Amino acid sequence: MLKEEVVGQEERLLNGDEAAAWAAYHVEPDVVAAYPITPQTIIVERFSEFVADGLVRTEFVSVESEHSAMSACVGAAAAGGRAFTATAANGLQLMNEILYIASTLRLPIVMAIANRAVSGPINIHCDHTDAMNVRDAGWVMLFCEDAQEVYDTIIQAFKIAENPNVLLPVMVSFDGFLISHTAQKVKVFKDPSVVREKFLGGPRKPAKIKLMGHEVELSLNPKNPIPVTFGPLDLYDYYFEHKRQQSLAMQNAYEVVKEVHEEYARLSGRRYGDGVTVPYRLEDAEIAVVAMGSAPGTMRYVIDEMRDEGIKIGLLRIRLFRPFPYRDIIEKLRNVKVVGVFDRAQDQGMMGGPLFLETRAALYELESRPKVVNYVFGLGGRDAPPEMFREAFDELVGINKGTIKPFIRKYIGVRE
Amino acid sequence: MQKRWVPTPIEIAKKPDYILSGHRLCAGCAAPIIVKLTLKAIPNPENTILVNATGCLEVATTIFPYTAWKRPWIHNAFENAAATASGVVAAFKALKKKGLWKDEEPTIIVFGGDGGTYDIGLQSLSGAIERGHKFVYVLYDNEAYMNTGIQRSGSTPFAAATTTSPAGKVIPGKPEWKKPIGFIVAAHMNAYVATVNPFYWQDFVMKVRKAIDYDGPAFIHAISACDRGWRFEPSLAMRISKLATDTCLHPLWEFDPETREYRITGQSLYLAKNPDKIVPVEEYLKLQGRFRHLFRPVRRDDLIKTIQNRIRKEWNYLLKLAGFKS
Repeated sequence: MLKEEVVGQEERLLNGDEAAAWAAYHVEPDVVAAYPITPQTIIVERFSEFVADGLVRTEFVSVESEHSAMSACVGAAAAGGRAFTATAANGLQLMNEILYIASTLRLPIVMAIANRAVSGPINIHCDHTDAMNVRDAGWVMLFCEDAQEVYDTIIQAFKIAENPNVLLPVMVSFDGFLISHTAQKVKVFKDPSVVREKFLGGPRKPAKIKLMGHEVELSLNPKNPIPVTFGPLDLYDYYFEHKRQQSLAMQNAYEVVKEVHEEYARLSGRRYGDGVTVPYRLEDAEIAVVAMGSAPGTMRYVIDEMRDEGIKIGLLRIRLFRPFPYRDIIEKLRNVKVVGVFDRAQDQGMMGGPLFLETRAALYELESRPKVVNYVFGLGGRDAPPEMFREAFDELVGINKGTIKPFIRKYIGVRE
Repeated sequence: MQKRWVPTPIEIAKKPDYILSGHRLCAGCAAPIIVKLTLKAIPNPENTILVNATGCLEVATTIFPYTAWKRPWIHNAFENAAATASGVVAAFKALKKKGLWKDEEPTIIVFGGDGGTYDIGLQSLSGAIERGHKFVYVLYDNEAYMNTGIQRSGSTPFAAATTTSPAGKVIPGKPEWKKPIGFIVAAHMNAYVATVNPFYWQDFVMKVRKAIDYDGPAFIHAISACDRGWRFEPSLAMRISKLATDTCLHPLWEFDPETREYRITGQSLYLAKNPDKIVPVEEYLKLQGRFRHLFRPVRRDDLIKTIQNRIRKEWNYLLKLAGFKS
């Protein structure tokens, strides 16, 4: 273990959006291109204040749509700059086309998502359907539990994205309103140079590639000895290899997420599990709950209550959703008997929610498999109180005892 | 505006090319000529970055692992070339502020076809111009979605047959008129706008130079003859291009956002002063298969007249804008 040198920090009262804006302030990207959408808007409002007050030298590009926000980020990152944006829900869907292009061009863009239900019907409140709809776009995807984690993770995201073995864009999600608009004490570094210089190592240094016998910067830099053509037509003779390389980069991201998380922890003193998953009271658990976002906070409260009653239940919070940490899930849930996977996302026509499908598929690797059931909850910001989770957890206890028949999926907190 | 640059043919011919031969654009396509002329007008080609919307030019010049581009070049998607350019411009501005880019900010040139400009990319273009990013957007206008097989666009002229506006028994080609893209861009009031024709190359390169010198966004509208889509012999490309201006169908003009003046230029200025030299539109139409149904099996004098009247109306409008007494 390397020495931990926690550096100077100060506490501020920030909501999740403000924490994201502070992270961007401390990183000082070259370009922030963004478009307002609830519940993300506070991020760009705060950030434009930092620009207006001269605290950052970032070019803030106030684009006319999210599609153009991502397009401008692609241009900025290809030019060799650091690019950041933020959006939610419909804005993320409008970007979809360019998300795939950003990852394929291997551009280390960072984006904050204040997770919100996707229209229609139009709804501004939290669920994860927006992020789930873009889960195959080739972005590294991290889900945060609170505003502190938002600040920490956005800073980490730049370092993950720019790692030469990764070179992929990173999406940092947090629950709309529940986190984006809820103020809490957030520790931020006193000196932004800790983030910019010490942690990120100064300005972005685009990767070097070999091109026609020359070493060139993978950017639009006119000084390159051989100019780079970005985004060529790529047909059946090369496309597949490029997609394969991209999937290798995504695999590489797994270790890099852990390393960067640990490196950051040494500066900040804060850890979120190993950066990939965050287990809670799982050691001797017979029943495990799997979830993402802010719901695990409520779940831990219920788990403590049940533990006091002698029930062996624990939680595995998934922090890294892409690349999906299936090995961790297999390892951490190897000995449990029943798993309840909680999806805050739609499952239209699927066997269950996305988190459920992948968790269950991971556990299929085990010789002796736990029962895995799915709960869909909290769509469109529907409240997810402890009592609702308690009822579901009791059901998992019943499945473990054999008094309740296992099922595939249930919807909770909804009028049927 | 800076001192007027009037290049000679030799000066232009001697300038290096930045789009190389071996690309797969059709023989008879005007697009690579438009690109060549544009790049020859740049005073600092070594400090230039190119952005390209999806289209013929993009697919035919960059089939991996080959590229025809001897300058840094990026293609993002169909509808976002202007937004992509915004990002490139903004990045260099920030890098310059931070002292990480020591030279002058690079010249940014965008190439987009009519589909990517009139239709799917109009929002992104309008946004980028409104924000005032300094780049030159060159529209190569071949008047339909040629890359996907000649489908009608907002630029396709009235009565032209395309694969989605065919000349049928009831409907004789496209029923609508071409969108006045130059005026739409000029209406933003902060962009230098000019129409050009690759046949009138001197007017062309002088306007591109003005566009680069202008401290803000600029928009160059080039008519781009397409032998496949317009249905003509490849050898006729320049003759048809010439007729587009000589018939006043694609008049040459510029809009100066500083003075808010429209100016008629080059050959069109000559025609404004010598209206008897204006060529009847029929000369242009009859060379192109996309207008064949105006002549065969029966001659449609009514439609030819409708087109001629429309040209007169639009030409008079332009004359008025440019301060000519009609």
